[in-house]
Amino acid sequence: MTALKLENVNKSFGPVHVLKDINLTVEEGEFVVFVGPSGCGKSTLLRVIAGLEDASSGTVQIGDDIVNDVPPAKRGIAMVFQSYALYPHLTVKGNMGLGLKQEGQPKSVIEERVDKASKMLDLDDYLTRRPAELSGGQRQRVAIGRAIVRDPKLFLFDEPLSNLDAALRMNTRVEIAALHRTLSASMIYVTHDQIEAMTLADKIVVLRDGRIEQIGSPMELYNNPANRFVAGFLGSPSMNFLVRSVPGVAPGQTIGIRPEYLGLRADGQIAGQVTHVERLGGDTNLLVRTEQGETLTVRLFGQNDTQVGADVRLGFDPQMAFYFDETDHRVLPKAA
Amino acid sequence: MSTLRKPAGTTIAAHAILITYTLIALFPVFVILINSFKTRRAIFREPLALPNADSFSLIGYQTVFNQGDFFLYFQNSMIVTVVSLTLILLFGAMAAFALAEYGFRGNTLMGLYLALGIMIPIRIGTVAILEMMVSTGLVNTLTALILVYTAQGLPLAVFILSEFMRGVSDDLKNAGRIDGLSEYQIFFRLVLPLVRPAMATVAVFNMIPIWNDLWFPLILAPAEEVKTLTLGSQVFIGQFVTDWNAVLSALSMAILPVMILYVIFSRQLIRGITSGAVK
Repeated sequence: MTALKLENVNKSFGPVHVLKDINLTVEEGEFVVFVGPSGCGKSTLLRVIAGLEDASSGTVQIGDDIVNDVPPAKRGIAMVFQSYALYPHLTVKGNMGLGLKQEGQPKSVIEERVDKASKMLDLDDYLTRRPAELSGGQRQRVAIGRAIVRDPKLFLFDEPLSNLDAALRMNTRVEIAALHRTLSASMIYVTHDQIEAMTLADKIVVLRDGRIEQIGSPMELYNNPANRFVAGFLGSPSMNFLVRSVPGVAPGQTIGIRPEYLGLRADGQIAGQVTHVERLGGDTNLLVRTEQGETLTVRLFGQNDTQVGADVRLGFDPQMAFYFDETDHRVLPKAA
Repeated sequence: MSTLRKPAGTTIAAHAILITYTLIALFPVFVILINSFKTRRAIFREPLALPNADSFSLIGYQTVFNQGDFFLYFQNSMIVTVVSLTLILLFGAMAAFALAEYGFRGNTLMGLYLALGIMIPIRIGTVAILEMMVSTGLVNTLTALILVYTAQGLPLAVFILSEFMRGVSDDLKNAGRIDGLSEYQIFFRLVLPLVRPAMATVAVFNMIPIWNDLWFPLILAPAEEVKTLTLGSQVFIGQFVTDWNAVLSALSMAILPVMILYVIFSRQLIRGITSGAVK
């Protein structure tokens, strides 16, 4: 069964066309991540799904119902916001229970569901506190708890980790993944962080300028990007795009090689000079300026004692390279 | 900021200036208060002296309580001020919320129109207002005053409150919508508590001019049973003889409610005035 179906969804703010012909299906229990640079429309798309914005045209279907004219509270969704958006005057318990109270659920049901969610999220000790007395991570857990309590058909996350520091972000990411396994609910998650997208998603939707660029599992997108944008957006450090440095690339074409598939080889096709070295312990990143004047990143696994200024030759497996035409679409390599 | 140490000299100078200003500002109030407890002769002989056993007298207060319906005036002033403030805050906040929250056609124009009232003094329209009140039969009613004061206070209230309401996080309002709160519930339960400091600011800015106003009570409601305190106190000021004891006593008592209301609002007020500055 499908949890969400978008058909030809468009959204304009006055003359600005923000979402362009969005078609998307989310299966039940799927974890879908919308990813893209800021301003690509991913948050707007989430707000259209939530009902906080109306679609200018097209249909939004949640479960079996077309919900274009249904108010947010009746769509069977719950949303977690970047800024937590907890009600400052209510306790943690009040925050989590408000949605159910508005639905007119009996007290016993509210108690039971809040209790269950707080156990799941380790919030038992904080139920009587107000949001101002909680740390950022705790607030985010309360916001997630507020979503769980409503037992929605669809969870919506709007960059929930952006306000957390790096360590906490990693922990919360794992928690959200665990939550998805426990609840086996359908979730949509918006982020601009490709690491969150790669680690959490069953299915990634890459957006740019209000259009869907590509949809697929993380590894599909990584191994088989449809165009230069997707190839460059996913993967860290991002893919190298070279026009001149690699011999045998047809004019007009661009070759894309991921930093991890480049290696220092005496017989390598690319010659250049190391301009910068980043030593991360587990990895070493080299920035290399080729003889043809292009800069590329090389990711070496483990530690490496290459120094800045060293002349190196880089090689790669041609199987692992991607080719793009002038319009940035993926093509097969042209015989030169 | 608090860890930043200022040189002691600066702190002392700042305090000296503030204390001097406070003394200057409070001096007239102080003179009114001490003279209200003195005999008429003592007021004129030594206006700045404190009342002593010889000059102490409650004659002014007695006159005020005996003559005229002082309590009625007091009550009228209170009703006019409190009802006007309530209406200004309620409608001002509602209009501000609409302007801040909903992107309807003509939003900016409506905001400008409402702000126009800040620049045009309402007293310019006194004659027209009086004509309107006469034709609607509202002359000599408290309603007339309340309506005029509400109109007078709304522009600034809308202007200040809409700025503050734009600052309330969209996510919070959207969270409320998803949890099934109606727009009214979002307004009353989420937004209003968050703009309370701004509401207090608006309340204080409006309260004092309304309480002290003589102009509109004199023109719109001069009848005995609807006189406000300021207008009522005028009976003691005659063309040839002025009962200073009574005037000073009446004024002393008139300060009280404003002070009480100020104390209630002051904590919020300070937060409201400074919140924009220190963010």
